[in-house]
Amino acid sequence: MNIVVEIKNLHKTFGQNVVLKGVDLTVNRGEVISIIGSSGSGKSTFLRCINMLEWPTSGEIFYNGENVLKSGYDITKYRAKMGMVFQSFNLFQNLTVLENCVVGQVKVGKKNKVEAEKVALKYLEKVGMAPYINAKPHHLSGGQKQRVAIARALSMEPDALLFDEPTSALDPEMVGEVLKVIKDLAQTGLTMIIVTHEMAFAKEVSDRVAYMADGVMVEMDVPEVIFESPKNERTKQFLSRFIGV
Amino acid sequence: MEKTFYDWVVYIIENYGVWFLKGAGVTLLIALTGTIIGSIFGLLIGIIKTIPLSNHVGRFSPKRIGLKLVNILLTIYIEVFRGTPMIVQAIVIYYGIAEAWGINWDPIVAGIFIVSINTGAYMSEVVRGGIQSVDKGQTEAAHAIGMTHWQTMLHVVLPQTIRNILPATGNEFVINIKDTAVLNVITVTELFFMTKSVSGAIYKTYEPFLVAASIYLFLTLVITRILRYVEKRMDGPSSYTIFGSSTMPEQILKRGEQIV
Ligand SMILES: Nc1ncnc2c1ncn2[C@@H]1O[C@H](COP(=O)(O)OP(=O)(O)O)[C@@H](O)[C@H]1O
Ligand SMILES: [Mg+2]
Repeated sequence: MNIVVEIKNLHKTFGQNVVLKGVDLTVNRGEVISIIGSSGSGKSTFLRCINMLEWPTSGEIFYNGENVLKSGYDITKYRAKMGMVFQSFNLFQNLTVLENCVVGQVKVGKKNKVEAEKVALKYLEKVGMAPYINAKPHHLSGGQKQRVAIARALSMEPDALLFDEPTSALDPEMVGEVLKVIKDLAQTGLTMIIVTHEMAFAKEVSDRVAYMADGVMVEMDVPEVIFESPKNERTKQFLSRFIGV
Repeated sequence: MEKTFYDWVVYIIENYGVWFLKGAGVTLLIALTGTIIGSIFGLLIGIIKTIPLSNHVGRFSPKRIGLKLVNILLTIYIEVFRGTPMIVQAIVIYYGIAEAWGINWDPIVAGIFIVSINTGAYMSEVVRGGIQSVDKGQTEAAHAIGMTHWQTMLHVVLPQTIRNILPATGNEFVINIKDTAVLNVITVTELFFMTKSVSGAIYKTYEPFLVAASIYLFLTLVITRILRYVEKRMDGPSSYTIFGSSTMPEQILKRGEQIV
């Protein structure tokens, strides 16, 4: 029960384009893993394969001792337990802030509405968005949208939360508020996999940092090793571009 | 003494006003029912045409082949009804079905049928476009919290689609009000047909049709205004309440106020 999800030899190709070339990752409960790497290296694809937004070409994903890729496995149930926070927020435009956090609980989790609203409110408070429950997404700033998106994912009470560059689409002054929410979540022991370009943040918040390039995990280690004395030459080269981390 | 144009109009309204009202009623009935039924057709067809088949469904699975077949049939339907004039369809369908099945069906029912399938053909393309124009991120976010394709459609994509296609639907309604005039060829007693009858009864041509034109214009103007109002209402308020310390959201929830 200490492993949330175990990914083995994951491959993904789009047509001729081989994007993931055999990636392994074991995610322990309560662990925060950051994935860094240049654009196009396959980070998003990897994350999207983990919760099956993309169907992996081959490999295995073990969740609760079962390979979710075997035919007949209930993917929707698995997805509900692998939360995802997108770069572009993707809040449901037709629903209010509260409804965004309720709809999944009611329709997927089969909770009653009153119960679901309570849970939603708890997490909206956690991200500081409770006062906005009646607002529609188009009323909100980018930072507020992303905080609601985090609350929506949390409302499903997932086993792990996947973040795909959660601050990359934000104006600089809003990056801080979102990173703070994620840092607070790390304190609560939530399992998280975070794709990010915020190196200082990754260093501070992560238990392990993975450097990804050309569809492979080049190096994975505790942040001190990755950022201060990386063993791999490519990791060194990549990080040399981020001075002062 | 010769009647002036004005005298004729007054004469027509006084003596044949009921005919015009009856005609306008039938026009409105057929246009409205046809638009509603047609839009429902269009919505269903649009939904069917956008059913995704993930690539782990086998190439020769019955599901894939069945869906392909249905899609081909729907495409034929859409092309045929968009590619031929409604006046021709009306004659072929009304007299064709009457002869084939030996039935004597009510021209108004036939009229509603014809307007519905025409609207359906047109709206299905509008709906398809409307579904495809909903940001892909919306679908992904719904899948990411565990929704199935149908839950995603029902709770996320279609509400946004319906808002997107509302202007086109209203437009189609206005077009249908005008286009029902062609149904006079199958003796539907709509506004144009009734006007023709008035014209024949009093041996006048443009005067009754001018009255008819005013009625058409009145209908379309009023309907356009109503639809614009509905669209605005659907967009919801442009502002929202921020809950402060005196109005904490928990209290609102506890009081059981309808929020969702
Ligand atoms: N749906 C897709 N179809 C084809 N190619 C894709 C698709 N998604 C991603 N790719 C390709 O996969 C590679 C890795 O993309 P991505 O995972 O987004 O990288 P990263 O998130 O590290 O920037 C890129 O070359 C991209 O063009
Ligand atoms: Mg990416």
